[in-house]
Amino acid sequence: MERMAAFELRRPESLAHAIELMATVPGARVLAGGTDLVPNLRHGLEAPATLVDLSGVPGFAGLDLTPAGARIGAGVTLATLAADRLVQAALPAVAQAAASIAGPGHRSVATVGGNLCLDTRCVWYNQSEWWRRSNGYCLKRGGDVCHVAPQGGRCHAAFCGDLAPALIACGAQAELAGPEGSRTIAVEDLYRDDGRAHLALGSGEIVVAVVVPPQPARARSAYRKARVRAAIDFPLAGVAVRVTGDRERIERLDVALTGTNSRPFRLAETEAFAGRAVDDALVAELGKAVQRQAGPMRTSVTSSNWRRQVAATYAQRLVRELAATP
Amino acid sequence: MNKRLLSLTVNGRRREEAVADATLLLDFLRETLGLTGTKRGCDGGECGACTVLVDGAPRLSCLTLAARCEGTKVETIESLAEGGRMSALQAAFHEKLGAQCGFCTPGMVMAAEALLRTDPSPGEDAIRAALAGNLCRCTGYVKIIEAVDSAARGAR
Ligand SMILES: Cc1cc2nc3c(=O)[nH]c(=O)nc-3n(C[C@H](O)[C@H](O)[C@H](O)COP(=O)(O)OP(=O)(O)OC[C@H]3O[C@@H](n4cnc5c(N)ncnc54)[C@H](O)[C@@H]3O)c2cc1C
Ligand code: SF4
Ligand code: FES
Ligand code: FES
Repeated sequence: MERMAAFELRRPESLAHAIELMATVPGARVLAGGTDLVPNLRHGLEAPATLVDLSGVPGFAGLDLTPAGARIGAGVTLATLAADRLVQAALPAVAQAAASIAGPGHRSVATVGGNLCLDTRCVWYNQSEWWRRSNGYCLKRGGDVCHVAPQGGRCHAAFCGDLAPALIACGAQAELAGPEGSRTIAVEDLYRDDGRAHLALGSGEIVVAVVVPPQPARARSAYRKARVRAAIDFPLAGVAVRVTGDRERIERLDVALTGTNSRPFRLAETEAFAGRAVDDALVAELGKAVQRQAGPMRTSVTSSNWRRQVAATYAQRLVRELAATP
Repeated sequence: MNKRLLSLTVNGRRREEAVADATLLLDFLRETLGLTGTKRGCDGGECGACTVLVDGAPRLSCLTLAARCEGTKVETIESLAEGGRMSALQAAFHEKLGAQCGFCTPGMVMAAEALLRTDPSPGEDAIRAALAGNLCRCTGYVKIIEAVDSAARGAR
């Protein structure tokens, strides 16, 4: 792979200093675990002059689970999150998603914040500089045509982070801080359906923590992803489901998807399932809803239609399995 | 090019070297320190050949900025043998034919070393999970898993 262009590494020791750097240093980028950013820098996908390393910010890697909910610092590593017994018990979808991300050598340093903010992916984009040059680049960077949908004016690169759908299904909020102050938004509102600009963060704004409310009594959650290699790979489609209630009557159904669109999203109109039994009719309707709302494009090595179908099938299986678990 | 003085411990030895901010740990180990046991495979976070331990945890040195290893303890494949004798894990790779061309071996051994330090009696699933990020083009993995299992049993 190519050498990286030179950059300056800044290592702030407080959140205020980190935000000040992001606000004042032109083109500064946040560096967390670097397991997404470093390969992208080496592919020449970006060339920031300054990286702001968040690993020295106090409390950034704090993980607190109490009956009042969970506060997961943006700097918590995926290895820590996946291995935490309390997270496994209270938020199984989140622990399962964390455990399914990349390999042990990535998870030991990859962070929650980095996973929520990782770049979108496409077979035309995650390639070396010379490969992309040979194809005239593309709309996401350097070119003016999208090779996936040449007629459209937008980039369809897929968001492929695994944590986001699990957090969305569990009702999580993201705490943000930036030059304009702090705010808290639902995790799903962190994203836009635009492969070129998929994060709804303001300039210089960073994710500080994720807050998950206490889960409803009788709620169970799980996460499942389809991938080319089961040992280690990004999701071709990933589904998180939370069922509240039991097979005879579910009070509430939360479904969130990743890998299929330029943003992870909460499946809309699941209110229609509340108060119903998990039977064949419900499962069929759920499958249709997923197929309708997931919009995979030809951004990966597998066909879009297969990704749409596997998303629906995984949602259906998870609902059946969770509803059957006492 | 921005440079800084980096001080860290590599294989038990204190080191102080000037490194550029964009220097990767892999290049620092191989080019600056001459520790060429750590391999450059894909050079992009995909294959695990460059796996080393940073403060005991497995890390891909091709994705790690050397400057971020300030004050840490880095261990490479060169640290395992003592007095010219292979460690039990290395010997198991040798005896169970866990190495063929050998290119993936340093990374495999370091990933397995990280596992055995936290879980001295791993089952096959745990071994597979610990090596999930390490590619091997020769062995078909069966012999590698046997080697790690055999080392763990030998230590009990
Ligand atoms: C071989 C391989 C396999 C992988 N498999 C998967 C997979 O299966 N699933 C998956 O989800 N990912 C996968 N990844 C991608 C990556 O390892 C993870 O997404 C990881 O969680 C990224 O976190 P990080 O801390 O390393 O992020 P970084 O690389 O440090 O940052 C990623 C991006 O987020 C931004 N960022 C980081 N922290 C913050 C913050 N607090 N606020 C605002 N912006 C921030 C950075 O500026 C950067 O743009 C894989 C990577 C590789 C190399
Ligand atoms: S979807 Fe189109 S514009 Fe976006 S990365 Fe792929 S080819 Fe480029
Ligand atoms: S060389 Fe680092 S993962 Fe392949
Ligand atoms: S022994 Fe040749 S790559 Fe593993």
